[in-house]
Amino acid sequence: MSLASVNSAAQSGGGPRLSPEGALVERHWQELTLRRRIYTVGGIVALLVVLSASLWFANESNAGKFFDRLPYFFDFFIDLAPREPMEIWRALFDLPSPYYDGSFQYDYPAGRVYLTETFYVPEYFYKMLETLNIAILSTLIGFTFGFLLCFVAARNLVTNRWIRGSVRRLMEFLRAFPEIVIAGFFVAILTIGPIPAIIAVSIHTVGSLGKMFFEVVENADMRPDEGLRAVGASWIERVWFGMVPQVLPNFTSYALLRLEINVRASTIIGAVGGGGIGEVLRLSISRGHEAKTLAIILLLFLTIVAVDQFSAWLRKRLVGEQAFEFGR
Amino acid sequence: MIRSNIPAVTLGDEDISAIAARHPDVFANRPWRRLHGPAVIAAIALYSVYCWFFFGIGKVLNEANWDIAGNYLADWVSYEIRPDFEIEPDGAMFIEWSRFSPLGAAPDPDWIDLTHGTMERSSGSDAATSSASVAEKAANSFMMPGQPGTGAQETVSEAAGAQTAGARDAADQESGFSFMAPGAPTASNPAAGAVRETAPQSIAEEVITRAVVRLGADNTVTITPTLVTLTRGAESLAVRLGPGEVVTPEGVLPDWAQQRYAGRKVVAFFGFTGRVEVDYDGVKVRHRFLGWENFVFDARSPFWGRSAAEVISLVMSGERLDPSRSNLALAWNNILYNADWQHLDVWTKLLQTIVMAFVGTLFASVLAFPLAFLAARNITRNRVLNQLNKRFFDFLRSVDMLIWALFFTRAFGPGPLAGISAIFFTDTGTLGKLYAEALENIDDKQREGVRSVGAQPVAVQRYGVLPQVLPVFASQALYFWESNTRSATIIGAVGAGGIGLKLWEAMRTNQDWENVAYMVLLILAVVFIFDNISNALRSRLMGASRP
Repeated sequence: MSLASVNSAAQSGGGPRLSPEGALVERHWQELTLRRRIYTVGGIVALLVVLSASLWFANESNAGKFFDRLPYFFDFFIDLAPREPMEIWRALFDLPSPYYDGSFQYDYPAGRVYLTETFYVPEYFYKMLETLNIAILSTLIGFTFGFLLCFVAARNLVTNRWIRGSVRRLMEFLRAFPEIVIAGFFVAILTIGPIPAIIAVSIHTVGSLGKMFFEVVENADMRPDEGLRAVGASWIERVWFGMVPQVLPNFTSYALLRLEINVRASTIIGAVGGGGIGEVLRLSISRGHEAKTLAIILLLFLTIVAVDQFSAWLRKRLVGEQAFEFGR
Repeated sequence: MIRSNIPAVTLGDEDISAIAARHPDVFANRPWRRLHGPAVIAAIALYSVYCWFFFGIGKVLNEANWDIAGNYLADWVSYEIRPDFEIEPDGAMFIEWSRFSPLGAAPDPDWIDLTHGTMERSSGSDAATSSASVAEKAANSFMMPGQPGTGAQETVSEAAGAQTAGARDAADQESGFSFMAPGAPTASNPAAGAVRETAPQSIAEEVITRAVVRLGADNTVTITPTLVTLTRGAESLAVRLGPGEVVTPEGVLPDWAQQRYAGRKVVAFFGFTGRVEVDYDGVKVRHRFLGWENFVFDARSPFWGRSAAEVISLVMSGERLDPSRSNLALAWNNILYNADWQHLDVWTKLLQTIVMAFVGTLFASVLAFPLAFLAARNITRNRVLNQLNKRFFDFLRSVDMLIWALFFTRAFGPGPLAGISAIFFTDTGTLGKLYAEALENIDDKQREGVRSVGAQPVAVQRYGVLPQVLPVFASQALYFWESNTRSATIIGAVGAGGIGLKLWEAMRTNQDWENVAYMVLLILAVVFIFDNISNALRSRLMGASRP
């Protein structure tokens, strides 16, 4: 650019006249701002284009169209209105219903699980217990295997890149493999029931806990390890006495966090053949049993809140106020 | 320094134990602390035992069908071809293929050698009144005798004979159905009825007299109507069929063959290459091949069975197979609508899953962003508003994604809209909670600095707060985008759109495990790609914000 045009550009901005060097700096700054603005606007435009294409595609391939279905949005709740509010309690605690007409819709006492002659557990509490047990057991299994694998995947404990890499790939694979396929496969071999759900959720948990664990191990303080190495400890001794004591609170905390996720996951897996509360929820929604559905939703909601609160309290005791930020 | 004041000492055993005795709390933990670890492990062990009985794990594992598991797993990467050799009570043998055989409509694989012969067959007492019904029966069998020349003037018995003569040609000729031919027995000559009364009860039919099936390099199965010889490597087993409904192996059964009950069917296993079931009324061959059959073109496509070079040359310069469109268009259409693999449908469903995760997470983070500012107690100094927002987030999170998915499936009908909404609702809760926590943990100095120069409240947020939290917000949104790609697969199975339902349906048939494998591979690829994109973006974002 010639000097004349620089001058004219500088003059067009108004204000005091700039020296050629000053004008160069100004022009450079203007170019940078312009480029940044173009990137921002371009990014937003690209995002909007992708978004609207996605929305169009979703709407096109949906069974009902968004705007057509909008007036019926709350039909679900209207359908779900029970004949009287007390029906929800009766369904929840398996008490006989005055509307009982021989159909499945009001046969609440039929689901009772008798522990003794007279003492019973209401059906949905029992199913909820089943789902909770699925979640707890698979978190335990995942914890065990994640614990065993994570030390082998940590950079500060294993120097062999191939061992580390293959363990990490294995964990990635376990994490990314769709749970529903594992569940479906074992449903085909075993029967429909909780065990396929346990296997599916456990396998996923091994992968995701293993990843979180080895990140904790890599951030651990290496001085105890150095001390142990100096006195000639073996690898297992270094891990057991140098690493485990300092990472265990964090591990437990992550496992509790995973437990929260697994309660939800086992509910969903239950709905696709894994037994537990998810299955009865899906059945009762598809059959249109309002009181039963509401009772299950209520129970599920309360359980999830309770598990979340309990786990948050326990985590606070274990590791204090340390925040767990996903994806950091 | 202190150290210089103390001379170096060496403690004797006595001193050590004396010190230990004076300070027991340092050297020996309190009992409950010492027992802490074992107690936890014992509790876990007890709980596992409880679960073992609660779920009846032992019983279920015992009753599991592990043979099927091996077969299903093998189905992921291989396919079976299943010719059935049917042996009628009179010794006539026919070969039948499963209806949708991967080999197309008229399979003639080179690993099966058939020896044909003609056989006089009694048409059976129930069919005796009408030999036309024999023709009908024959027409329904696979080796359908068809005779284009079967005229209306011929008598039915003549027609039957003529059919045998023309047995092997024109298998798809409809005229084999002489009974249905217009005016055949009724309008032609009244003699036909008379002939039918006295029709001979035996007709000649083309049957298979001997079949040799080669399973792999050194296994052969030789089938004749009365004797089946199974050879695996050097060992060989002869199985006699009949007389009556009895199967008798000659000699001792080798360990690769088994017969559960005496006189009933014998099953011989040839490892991966297949197995053979020998029963008195037929032999079922299952020959397994590695690979995905008809992955590109199905058996109905004109490109089926051609080599890649042939297909390419056809597409580039060949005659038009379908006059209405180019070969390229035809090939592409045949690939998309491959009946066995349904490529187009699978890809569309996969795209739905991706879209569900993308739009759901995007909307969730856009809505969670302003709400988090209202929920953070250091930004909005209104306890009621804070609590209201936080409880709202908790509500959205705690109503499970499953419930949202079922609810929106009812509202919008099955499809990705339901999935988008389910992810949107759940993640607004999760992201809102995380965002609010991030806002409550910000460094207050920047905000004070901006406020001290008299900036408007909006400017304080924009320049004092946003630069600190934006990378965290974006990073968490990206993380959830990626993790939702996985969860979108699952909620799809309850009807919320995407590949989940397709996967679930493919698994439920227990036949299409290779399709499951295909979809799993696609899902894994998508998850890995998004994982990497999201990781790269996140590390750029977080890297820029770190000193």
